Amino acid sequence: MLTDMTLASDHMSHAPAAQPSEGEVRDFVALLKPRVMSLVIFTALVGIVRAPDALHPVLAAVSLLCIAIGAGASGALNMWWDADIDAVMTRTRGRPIPAGRIAPGEALAFGLVLSAGAVMVLGLAVNLLAAGLLAFTIFFYSVVYTMWLKRWTAQNIVIGGAAGAFPPMIGWAAVTGHISLESILLFMIIFFWTPPHFWALALLKSDDYARAGVPMLPVVAGADETRRQILIYSVLLAPLGVAPWALGFTGIGYGIASLGLGAMFLILAVRVWRQRQGEPAKTAARQLFAFSILYLFALFAVLLVEAVLPGAA
Amino acid sequence: MQEPDKNPLVLTPEQKRRQRRRNIAIAVVLFALVGIFYAVTVVKMGPNVLNRPF
Repeated sequence: MLTDMTLASDHMSHAPAAQPSEGEVRDFVALLKPRVMSLVIFTALVGIVRAPDALHPVLAAVSLLCIAIGAGASGALNMWWDADIDAVMTRTRGRPIPAGRIAPGEALAFGLVLSAGAVMVLGLAVNLLAAGLLAFTIFFYSVVYTMWLKRWTAQNIVIGGAAGAFPPMIGWAAVTGHISLESILLFMIIFFWTPPHFWALALLKSDDYARAGVPMLPVVAGADETRRQILIYSVLLAPLGVAPWALGFTGIGYGIASLGLGAMFLILAVRVWRQRQGEPAKTAARQLFAFSILYLFALFAVLLVEAVLPGAA
Repeated sequence: MQEPDKNPLVLTPEQKRRQRRRNIAIAVVLFALVGIFYAVTVVKMGPNVLNRPF
């Protein structure tokens, strides 16, 4: 017994002292990736508004909040897992965990609690399909993309991009209790938008990704192959963007907007494909990246306006 | 028998400030959750929830 007490005492004296949390409130907010959250909120809102049934405004607002928090929780879990490569990349080394402001365990607990809470509240407020889709989205982004695909394959952003495409479908499911062709189309638009959007950025940041050991397409297959695939996905995206109008889900306003935006997207993608050297190549990639954000925002904004304004559709 | 803690945790003034701000944020979120749960309950069950037969 004396030996046990001695061993226990030794263990206590060598155990690491408890450390207080150093995180500010804004650091915990930063874990949620607010800029990504804003896009999620917007696309989910479009899904809610465009769904054919009506949902009480309080339940719609709570659904939107749950989807946003679920997306933020995925971001926190991503930052927990990727803290090592975030520390290496210039774009991400200022994040709370690599900067030492939040401990990894804090971020993990934060992400898990928010994930569970968001899914539970969404299930109680609306229906199990929406909650199940949200749970799957969080799992897909945190486990399938972050822990598996991101460090393993150059197609990480293609498959993992599905996580960012689910919010409008979740919003639609929250209202109607099922999914439909139109909600699937909204999913497909974001799904096919994701590769050219992220690969345009990757062309500009390939050194960063190479240093971190992330197999982004420019690092694995080279810039020229990346430009070719950007063009392929852009060619697929443009008609997909027009499909809601072609299939009769939207009015002529959306048709015109989607045709114009899609044409511009293609022009910029062709420019990326043709400009391969020096500053013109970087400018082309930068322009496509910037326009891709405007493209998605404008497309979904028109969808929102058509749903909200009477007679606009 | 447990030995007294040899290294009690003492927070610096800045750490205390951060802890206070975090605590306030948690309190705000908790109050907001109470409000959300109340509103969702009223919407889903209707305003005459207390007039239902048992």
